[in-house]
Amino acid sequence: MDISPILISMKTASVSIVITFFLGILAAKLVADIRQEKVKMVLDGLLTLPLVLPPTVAGFFLLYIFGVKRPVGRFFVEYFSVKIAFSWGATVLAAVVISFPLMYRSARGAFEQVDRTLVHAARTLGMSEWRIFWRVVMPLALPGVASGGVLAFARGLGEFGATAMIAGNIAGKTRTLPLAIYSAVAAGDMEGAYDYVLIIVIISFAVVVCMNWFAARERRFARREKA
Amino acid sequence: MKRILTCALVLVAAGAILLTGCSGTAASAGSSQEEQASAAQEASEAVSEAPESSEASEAEPAGDEVTILVAAAASLRYSYDDELIPMFQEQYPHIKVEGTYDASGKLQTQIEEGLEADVFMSADTKRMNNLKEAALVDADTIVELLENRIVLIAPADAETAIDSFEKIGEAGTIALGDPESVPVGTYAKEALSTLGLYDAIQAKVSLGTNVTEVLNWVAEGSADVGIVYATDAATTDQVKILAEAPAGSLAEKVIYPVAVVSASQKKEAAQLFVDFLGTPEALAVFEAYGFTSNV
Repeated sequence: MDISPILISMKTASVSIVITFFLGILAAKLVADIRQEKVKMVLDGLLTLPLVLPPTVAGFFLLYIFGVKRPVGRFFVEYFSVKIAFSWGATVLAAVVISFPLMYRSARGAFEQVDRTLVHAARTLGMSEWRIFWRVVMPLALPGVASGGVLAFARGLGEFGATAMIAGNIAGKTRTLPLAIYSAVAAGDMEGAYDYVLIIVIISFAVVVCMNWFAARERRFARREKA
Repeated sequence: MKRILTCALVLVAAGAILLTGCSGTAASAGSSQEEQASAAQEASEAVSEAPESSEASEAEPAGDEVTILVAAAASLRYSYDDELIPMFQEQYPHIKVEGTYDASGKLQTQIEEGLEADVFMSADTKRMNNLKEAALVDADTIVELLENRIVLIAPADAETAIDSFEKIGEAGTIALGDPESVPVGTYAKEALSTLGLYDAIQAKVSLGTNVTEVLNWVAEGSADVGIVYATDAATTDQVKILAEAPAGSLAEKVIYPVAVVSASQKKEAAQLFVDFLGTPEALAVFEAYGFTSNV
């Protein structure tokens, strides 16, 4: 078995989760702070869109923005001599876009669960808004934020549609686990697909169990606080 | 709470309408296709029920109308429907031609199972030979009419120094069909292996699971070059052909043979159609669609 798809998938999912994690938290905080309900609803809709649209639609938009012949893509080629399409970076780009809504929504939910009186108390004590966010809100919301991160990691690991469109299927470079599985099945090589399927099932299962563990810890904390 | 409920109700209702709307059109589209297919069958049955009269009339163009069914490889659909069939019917107003298009292997199976086709055109010699050995096509009518070449393509507006298969290694990324599942990918691999290049370019090859994917990768410029059939390259003006596979790089040419089906009740009309395909006018149409004449 060629292990390069496993390594590429792990590398892509690991790098993309770092980006998604901070982008998601940032977006969640910005949206949670918006006062006008209508603006909030529209913005939230836009940020959630990649979750509910087919990944091929996300791939279409990525290609439309970052494709070699498109504005941003051409800019990168002409000024930095960097071709985004068909590079390993493109697999990260696709994974970030697709997994972002999971991170954003989980984080936003977690932030809005935080007891506002604690935030107000911190304000009366003269803490700056960002300090309050990192020292008060984040620690309290951490279980929810972490489970969002875990879900986003798993989603990034399984990304297929957008990746195939913007990153292609280059063995040892952009062929991730899902692409390797698709190619193997298309070729009728069910044996080859079986190994990859087994690996991705094990990883994804571990990830979900891990998320449940965070959720259980969250409940334990909640009980302890009440007692 | 009440507002949330109404909101949810409206959404569900909208979803239901969309669903029924979609399934309605899907069903009608499906049935109209079936109608067409059954109409085609009825037409051919109607004629086959009266074979004597139709055979007698075929000699005289002014006689009764006949309908022939042409079973052809899917890659022939547009050249047939848009140009060749109208051209033929103009020349022979008493013959009506209907086309059915699918993968050659599927058509072979359908003919074996009794599809009342009068003419069969395959995208490879293998399927035709299978039918010839089973005596399902008339061996003396087989014409190896067309050749489809594999070509190296690049985005239409690209400036590239690559002008032959031998220089493919100079490209940054190369789009090929997966040799394990896409026929044109198998040919590309064979040609590149013969030239001793296939192993060296592995690190920059992106393998598509169908020809359209390969074509789009190149059209979008994501891949610098790609290898497809000449007929695929002719379907879009977003790619240009850089080179044809060098002679001898493929052990066997990709040939499209045509023949009259043995079970046909309208062999004269069928033979007229096969002969028509070999005329210079018809071959010019095929060439416009990317084929190369092989006769």
